Parts: sequence; structure tokens; C-alpha cells
Amino acid sequence: MTPVPRARLSADTAAMDRRDAAWYVDRIAQWLVFAGGVSAIVFIVGIFVFVTREGLDFVLGSLNLREFFGSIAWRPTSNNPTYGALALIVGTASVTGFAMLMSVPLSLGVALFIAEFATGKTRETLKILVEMLAAIPSVVWGFVGMSIMNPLIIETFDVPVGLNVMNAGLILGLMAAPIMTTIAEDALKAVPDSYREAAEALGATRWEVIWKVVIPASKNGILAAVLLGVGRGFGETMAVLMASGHAINLPTSPFDSVRALTATIAAELGDTVQGGNHWGALFTLGILLFVVTFVINLTADIVVRGIGKE
Amino acid sequence: MDSNGHGEFAIETRGLNLWYGDFQALFDVDLKVRRGIITSMIGPSGCGKTTLLRTCNRINERLGYVRTTGSVLVLGHDVFAPEVELVQVRKQVGMVFQRPNPLPISIRDNVLFGFRLHEARTRKVARAEEDEALESALRQVLLWDSVKDRLHHAATALSLEEQQKLCIARLLPVKPEVLLMDEPCSALDPSGTEAVEEMIWKLRGDYTILIVTHNMAQARRASDECVFMLLGKIVEHERTEELFLAPRNAETADYIEGRYG
Repeated sequence: MTPVPRARLSADTAAMDRRDAAWYVDRIAQWLVFAGGVSAIVFIVGIFVFVTREGLDFVLGSLNLREFFGSIAWRPTSNNPTYGALALIVGTASVTGFAMLMSVPLSLGVALFIAEFATGKTRETLKILVEMLAAIPSVVWGFVGMSIMNPLIIETFDVPVGLNVMNAGLILGLMAAPIMTTIAEDALKAVPDSYREAAEALGATRWEVIWKVVIPASKNGILAAVLLGVGRGFGETMAVLMASGHAINLPTSPFDSVRALTATIAAELGDTVQGGNHWGALFTLGILLFVVTFVINLTADIVVRGIGKE
Repeated sequence: MDSNGHGEFAIETRGLNLWYGDFQALFDVDLKVRRGIITSMIGPSGCGKTTLLRTCNRINERLGYVRTTGSVLVLGHDVFAPEVELVQVRKQVGMVFQRPNPLPISIRDNVLFGFRLHEARTRKVARAEEDEALESALRQVLLWDSVKDRLHHAATALSLEEQQKLCIARLLPVKPEVLLMDEPCSALDPSGTEAVEEMIWKLRGDYTILIVTHNMAQARRASDECVFMLLGKIVEHERTEELFLAPRNAETADYIEGRYG
């Protein structure tokens, strides 16, 4: 046995508590990532607190719940102002509803095609195209609604105005399609291939495999995709403002113009007295939107995690 | 030829070659699988035994880059013939996979999945008929007594052994002639293996069973005939006892003595 030289022993011991560059980089990265994660919570709470604080005076002081939810008279600038948001709520709901009617079948169809049928280049190209759809700015969508859809709807359906529920709904449907498609495709892809193989070996046709195995197995993810699409539709502002006609109205057909909650805030907030009743009323609309989208997103999240599954 | 219109062989391949892309996995395979008995396929990993098995019901084609020449006759019909319907082939030929793959639905729905597919295509199936098919299938795989009180529970919650038995049970209600089994016990522990083997042995006679196995002891105790494959070719096909006691081929002898594999 060769004796260990003393000098080497002490050097080894010294190395035990050495902190080199990698150690510091690791530490810093850890903190940065932690800060990033925490900031998401800080921002969401901050936004909620801010919106609530601005709207709180109005909610506690002047808000008449029956008027707010029961009347369509949104006259914030009249001498005797009334704040009935019913038409705005119905406007948002009808546009979102119409959008989902168009977009859910379309998006799920695209997702099914990408996940189950398309292969290789087709698949990659389609995925890129769908993602590009999500990158189009909403004001451009609004522009499409105004300058292309508007005359098209007037001509096709022989109606006087083309800026209406149908127009905004179609535009919004296209805007919500990418997120629904992407999430639904992820859900379909997450179904283990062994399920498909099992069903095929039992003699199921491709359609039977999809209908009886793949879709039931991914229904949570698909539902979450739809909910996220609804949330996207609810919160969209610019395109809806431009394509819906922005008229306070309870729609009775897809050809009626409406006004959305979001569009109202965007259009009016700049002209109000800060801290006044109108200001507060707009923030109250904001609280309503925030709560609704929050609930939708939370539900989507819970659904996708499968809580409440059996 | 018997009254069913096919002869003594349930599966017959003629000059079967198969490529995965540029890689040739099967070379001129001529295999004849006798009806009503258990035939096992042994050989080292990658020798093509699973490929050969998966060609018999054309499930291989899911991969998309598979090319074959030659023919595979199942019950006298070439499964590659243009007029042959894949759905009908797979009704005649059931398959059990390496890892139990029950569907994420109830035990009952699993067993009746294929039955509903095939029967519901042509007629309305009464509930009583389903119940009968369900019980008979589960009894045949010796699973009825342990699951009869929880038929509506998720099949994925069963033990692996029970799952594999269930995967065999769900083939039976559509009355297949042939059962293909791809290392059905490889995911199971020794007692599970024993139970499943025992069950497979009970199905002998009612079905033609072609079973791929890695386990020579299993091939030896649980099959009538044995096929030894090497590098995509069939080296020897004999009655199991003879193949193990007096292999004609030096490679077979080396393999069963454990010199490679």
C-alpha cells in the first residue's frame, strides 16, 4: 500500500467547500425561476386587486343590482345616468355562443385530422398554419370583419347591416380556433397508442377507434379545450368592437348588431372622469369579465387534471 | 377441406417477405399452423417472430412503412387479397399483446367491445344476449368468479394478470378461429404466468393458438408444436417434444441449450 502524500490530502479537503461558478449560476437560476413563478401569482392578484379597488366605490355606493343585470339602458353620459348592463352581457354571450357554434366543430375536426389522420409533412404544415392563425393581431381580425365580412353578409343574406352577431361570431370563432385545436390535439395525442391498437385488433374501423375509444379517453382534454376557447371569446375586445356593430341591443337574430362588455370598456374608458360613477361602472364590467373568465379557466384547469373523474 | 371450407391449417404463409422501410425482417417464410392446437414461436430478440405474428392479422400495417410480398392465408383466404375486409379478418383472428391493454372503460364494456362492434353492425343485440356472452367469455378465462360483482368497475384497476385474462376474454364473444398471442405472460409474475398459461391450455382445441414466447420453458410445457426462428427465417418447425429433445438443426440446439439468445 502506498501512503497518501500529506499535501494531496489537504488539497482534497479544501476542495470540499469550494463554490465555483457553476454553483453560483445554479443558485441564481434557481432564484430567477422561482421569481418568475411567483410573479405570475403576484400579477394575477395585483390585477384583481386593482380592478376591484377601482370598481369598489361604485359597487358599494351607486350600483343598483337590479338595474345592472336587468335593464338594457346603458346611458352613462345622460343627465340622469343609468347603468343597465343586460344588453352588454347578452351581447357578449351571443357573440361568444355563435363563435363556439362555428368554432367547436371546426376546431375539433382539425384537431382530429392532425392527431389521427395526417402524417409527416401534412401534419407539420397544418400545425404551423394553425399556430400562425393565433399570431394574427385582433385588430386585423376586426379589419377583416369590417371590410370583408360586412359586405359579404349584407350581400349573401340581404340584410341592411353586416356588422352583427354573425360577423363578430365568425371572426371570434376563427380567433378561438387555434387554442381549441392545439389543446384538443394534445389531448388526443395523449391517448396511449395501445388503446388504438387494441381496438383495431378487435376489428374496429378507423372511425370506430376514434369515436369509441380515442374521444371517450380524451374527453376531459377536449372539454378543457372548448372551455379555453370560450374564455378566449369572452375576453376578446378589439375584433368584437369592430365587427359587432357596437349597438346596445338585445339580439333576436344573428343579423342584429350588439355590443360586448369588453368593447364597451375599451370604447368608453378614455372619455370618463377618473374616479367618477361611469369610471366605476366600467370597472364593475371589468370585475364581471374577470370573474367569468377566471371561473372558466379554473374549470378548464380542473377538468384537464381530471378532478371529479369518477 | 372440411365443412368450414378450409383445410387442416388455420394459418399458412407462402414465401412471405417483409420490410420495415429498408430493413428486411422476414425472409421467404413458409409457415403452416395446424388447426386446433397450440403452436409456439421461439427465437432470440429481433428474429422476426413478433413481426410474423403481427402480419397474420395485418396489425403491422399501422406503422405505415411496412411492405410485404408473398401471401398469408388465414382459414384459406389470403389476407392481402384486395377483396378481403380487414374487419372480417380481425374478427376471425384475435390478438393478445405483450402488455395487457384493456380499454379505459368498465370490465363489462371491455369484454363486450368487439362483440358490440361486430354484432351491432348487422342487428340489434339484446341485453340478455350480452350478459350471456359476457359470462361465458369470463368463465372461459377463469375470471368470472373474481370479477362478477364488479363488472362495472374500471378494467384498468385490475391486476396485470386479471387484465391479461380480460384481454383474452374480450376476443371470445366474436367467436374467432385463431388467437395470436405476443408474449402474453412477459409482463406477469411467475404465479400470474402460471395462471394465464393454464387458462390458455384450457382454450386449446376450441381455438387455433399461435403464441410468441421468450420463455423456452413456457414453449416446452404449453405448446403442441414449436417454431424456431432466427434472423427472419424459420429454422425448424417440429412437434414441441421433438424440437426440444432432438433438434435437427445445430442452431436450434444451441439456442435451446442457452448458448445464445
